[in-house]
Amino acid sequence: MTALVEGPVDIAIVDYGMGNRRSVEKALEHVGVRASISSDHARLRAAAGLIVPGVGAFPRAMDNLRELGLDELLRERVRSGTPVLGICLGMQLAFDSSTELGGAPGLGIVPGEVRALKAGELKLPHIGWNEVRFAKPRSPLVEDLPRTCAFYHVHSYAPVPAVQEDVLGVAEYGAPFVSAVERGSFSGVQFHPEKSSAAGLRLLANFARVCIAAGAPVAG
Amino acid sequence: MHFKRVIPCLDVDAGRVVKGVEFLDIRDAGDPVELAAHYDREGADELVFLDITATHEKRDTIAKLARSTADEVFVPFTIGGGIRSVTDAQAVLDAGADKVAVNSAALERPELLDELAAVFGVQCVVLAIDAKAQVGSEDPQTSRWEAYLAGGRTPTGRDVVDWAREGAGRGAGEILLTSMDRDGTSLGYDLALTSAVSDAVSVPVIASGGAGELEHLAEALRAGADAVLCASIFHYGRFSVADAKAHLAAAGIPVREIE
Repeated sequence: MTALVEGPVDIAIVDYGMGNRRSVEKALEHVGVRASISSDHARLRAAAGLIVPGVGAFPRAMDNLRELGLDELLRERVRSGTPVLGICLGMQLAFDSSTELGGAPGLGIVPGEVRALKAGELKLPHIGWNEVRFAKPRSPLVEDLPRTCAFYHVHSYAPVPAVQEDVLGVAEYGAPFVSAVERGSFSGVQFHPEKSSAAGLRLLANFARVCIAAGAPVAG
Repeated sequence: MHFKRVIPCLDVDAGRVVKGVEFLDIRDAGDPVELAAHYDREGADELVFLDITATHEKRDTIAKLARSTADEVFVPFTIGGGIRSVTDAQAVLDAGADKVAVNSAALERPELLDELAAVFGVQCVVLAIDAKAQVGSEDPQTSRWEAYLAGGRTPTGRDVVDWAREGAGRGAGEILLTSMDRDGTSLGYDLALTSAVSDAVSVPVIASGGAGELEHLAEALRAGADAVLCASIFHYGRFSVADAKAHLAAAGIPVREIE
């Protein structure tokens, strides 16, 4: 059902005390990637790629990242071109700021703000499967996925990127919202690939391939 | 496009699925993880495990179930049954469950919902309500339902609609609403109940109890439910999850279909 990743790749799941680490680890294992969960700087610097998971509130997550010194580490890894994938809150943290719970500054990796969903009459939180339309279907992260594809979402906030080119995918819940972003070596998804069955496992396998490619010596 | 959800529910006792399960293509139909993985492959949008283990080893068996499910199942799953505290919930969520469902413990001490939401976020907290129609309320306009606890054995005197409203206000991110009158009858969901609660709360409602035909699923979703919970309709192999999805799609209800 799901393509396996060929060859070893060293991916670390960033542990900052916020949710769903184990689910991400298990989903990676399922596609053939043995990942580690760590907050150790040396370990995170050595990894070919990083995944920032996350469930919970934005301000507390930023506090945790700062306390562990992981805010600067993540910025530095993205600057140096290491593939980093943010999932749900882990994606939101990459933005300049969020309005959640009175507001807090984020990592500033992707320009823009995280704001409450405007769902009109619809129920919040937005829980369930929603179709994402990929604005950049040629991104290696969404390779072999249909141009529109359903993923599992659980959220009340969504990012509003300042730069249109950073939008990787858009979904709709009452109103359109950005569900996937890509800027430099950072990519982020509002949905949970680790809970999105075959399509989500494919996306995680694609990220592992991106990490393998980034780590490979550049051919002369 | 937001999709309505179809959610198989497994009753688990001491780590084994109870209620008859008849599948030819599953080696061991009593194994909850194997059955859950089967439903994932068939297109189930989520799964719910209700642990009915009565022994004192309960806490360990629930966590073990969550752990082995998280190894094999890549759709969200909820575990309910006997979760009475933040500590109980933490064990299950740490083991890999995505949400916890609470029922009796929340009726006895509603603050539990606030505590769970504060620690884990409302998206992790499902309030399960067992609802029984009150006698003399056949007119849907004036229908009333009473919430029961202890697996439907003890009436509480609490009005279901009020309780759902209070629960959502306290931090339940979803309401899992079971009609005790319809559960096990195959007569269809209690649509008046489904509508009454869906209209009263701003969080998604999962309709439960009574599905016997695929059209029953469509009825509950049209009545305002965001998701339908099904047990015997799938377990006995009469319909597959894919059959349900195809029926709903043909009825004009947006569902995630498996290619």
